Amino acid sequence: MSGVAVKDLSVAYDGALAVDALDLEVPEGEWLSLIGPNGAGKTSVLRAIANLVPFRGDVRVGGHAVASLGRRELARRVSMLVQEPDMPAGMTVAHYVLLGRSAHLGYLGRESDHDRRIVAETLQRLGLETFAARPLDHLSGGERQRVAIARALAQESPVLLVDEPTTSLDVGRQQSVLELIDELRHDRSLTVISAMHDLTLAGQYADRLALLVGGRLVAAGAPAEILVESVIAEHYRARVAIVDLNGSGHAVVPVRR
Amino acid sequence: MLGVKAPPRPVVVAGLPSLRWLWAVAGVAAVLLSCLVGVMAGPVHIAPAAVLQTLTGGAIDPGQANILWSIRFPRVVLGLLVGGMLAMAGAAYQGVFRNPLADPYLLGAAAGANLGATLAIAFAPGTTVLGVNTVPLAAFAGAGAAVGGAYALGRSVSGLRSTTGLILAGVAIAAFFNSIQQYVQQAQTGSIRQVYSWILGRLSTAGWDAVLLVLPYVVLSVVVIFLHRRLLDALAISDQEVSNLGISVRRVRIIVIVAATLGTAAVVAVGGTIAFVGIIIPHTIRLLVGRSYRVVVPLSLLFGAAFLVLADTAARTLLAPAEIPIGVITAFVGAPFFIAVMRSTRMTSV
Repeated sequence: MSGVAVKDLSVAYDGALAVDALDLEVPEGEWLSLIGPNGAGKTSVLRAIANLVPFRGDVRVGGHAVASLGRRELARRVSMLVQEPDMPAGMTVAHYVLLGRSAHLGYLGRESDHDRRIVAETLQRLGLETFAARPLDHLSGGERQRVAIARALAQESPVLLVDEPTTSLDVGRQQSVLELIDELRHDRSLTVISAMHDLTLAGQYADRLALLVGGRLVAAGAPAEILVESVIAEHYRARVAIVDLNGSGHAVVPVRR
Repeated sequence: MLGVKAPPRPVVVAGLPSLRWLWAVAGVAAVLLSCLVGVMAGPVHIAPAAVLQTLTGGAIDPGQANILWSIRFPRVVLGLLVGGMLAMAGAAYQGVFRNPLADPYLLGAAAGANLGATLAIAFAPGTTVLGVNTVPLAAFAGAGAAVGGAYALGRSVSGLRSTTGLILAGVAIAAFFNSIQQYVQQAQTGSIRQVYSWILGRLSTAGWDAVLLVLPYVVLSVVVIFLHRRLLDALAISDQEVSNLGISVRRVRIIVIVAATLGTAAVVAVGGTIAFVGIIIPHTIRLLVGRSYRVVVPLSLLFGAAFLVLADTAARTLLAPAEIPIGVITAFVGAPFFIAVMRSTRMTSV
C-alpha cells in the first residue's frame, strides 16, 4: 500500500496561498503528472507530500499521515528528485548514490555491505558502473540527471516525486530520462508524481494529468481529456493545436497568433 | 576444498569514500614522530633512548626524568590536544556551514576567549578559582558566551533556516566583543604585553594541570565529531535534499556546532587563539587525500596534532630562551606550505 492521498491541502508562503484546498488521489503504481502555468503550485504540492514545507490539510502516503511520520520513516516511503539537485564538486558518483541509503541507517549508523550492494546494483541498473569513481562536477547534464535518479532509487522508497526532470536537457535526453523513470516504475511498481512544464511529454508518460491553476485543481483525468485546445487556451493563455500522434499520445504545439 | 564455504566477499564499489589504511598509518606515524622531536628538543637535549627508558619505567638520570615528566611530556600532550582539536573543529565547522573559509572561531569563539582572558589578565592577575588559574577559565567562559550569543541572535533573526544568519550574528558578536577587548587592553597598558602574548597563542607550561583541564572537553568533542563524519558528508547537499534523505539538518548542525565549540573553547583557554590550524590542515587533507569527512575528520585530528607539536617545538627553541608566539609559527610555516599544496593540486575541487 503506497498510494498517495491528499485532502484539502493548503500551502502558504508568508500568508500568500500557493496551494489552495487541493484534493488528489494517486493509487499505487500510477504516474500522475501535475501541470499548470508558472506559479500554479506544482512544486509546493510535491514539497508538501515530502513534508518539506508547512501545510494545512491531510497528506497520506500508504495510509500514514506524512506530518506524523519521522523524517527517516518518511524518507523510506517517499524520495524526491528536485529540479536542480545539488551536486557537490569533488564528490564521487558512488558516494552521492550512497547518500540515498541514509534513510535506512540509524542516526550515527554506518553503511553495511547490504547498502554498498544496493549502490552497486543501482549503478549497474542505470548503466553508471563506469562512472562510479567519477566526480560529480565532471558529468554532463544528462549524466547528472541519471545520477540524481540513482540516488533517489537507492533510497528504495515506493513513492517517487519528480520536479521538472527534463529542464535544460535536449530532446533526446528528455526522452531517455522519462523512459528510464517509466521503466523503473514498472520494475519496482513505484508510484510517481511529477511536476512538468512540457505538456506533450507529460501527456505521453503520465497515466493521468492534474491541471493546477493558482494553487487550485481545475481539471484531472487522462491526458486526452486534459490536453484539449480550449482548456490549454483558457489556463495558459496560449494558442495551441493538439495533434493526435496516432496512438502515441498527443502533441501540444504552440501556434503563432 | 569440500565443505569449506568461502567467506562472503565484501562488496567493493569504486568511488565509495573510505580512509585508506596507508594514510591512517601515516597520520599515526606523524604524531609519534612529532612527539619524539618535541620531547627531545629543548635547552637540555635528551636522547631518544632516554625518552624510551623513561616511558618504560627504566632508571635514567633523575634530572632528565624530571624534565620529561613535568615539562616536556605535558607540553607535547597539550600540543597534541590543541592542534588535533583545532584542526578537527575547523573541519567540522566547514562541514556544517558548507563554507571553506569557516574556522573554529567563525562564531566568535576567539573574540570571546580574548575578551575573557584580557579581563582576567587586566583585573585579576595571578588569581585562581578552585586551584585553577583564572585566565583559562575566563577565556573558556568568554568563548562559550560569544558562540552562545551568536547562536541565540542567529536563531532569533533567521530561525536557523539558513546558516547565513548565524554567521552574520557571529560576525556581529565578534566585532562587539573585540571592541570591548581593545578598549580594556588600551585602558590597562600595564598588562598589554601579557595580553598580546596570550592572544597570539602560547601553550601553558603548568605541568599536567592544563592537560587535565581540557582533556574531558576535547575527548567529548572529538568523539562526537568523529561519530558525525558520515552525516557531515550528507550536509554537502542542499538542506531540503538532506531532509528528504531522512536526516534532520538542524539536529546535525546543532550537535556538531556545540561539540566543536566546546572543544575549541577548551583549547583556546589554554593555548590562546592559535590561527590558521583549523583551516590549513583540513584543506591540505582535502587537496591531497580526499574530500569525504570520513577521511578529513580523522586525518585532521592526527595531522593537526602533529603539526602543532612541531610548531610549538619551533616556537620554544628558535629564539630560546625566549618563546615565539605559536600562532606566528603556524601562519609563517603553514601559509607557504598551503599555497604550495594549492598550486600543485591546482585546487581541482575546492
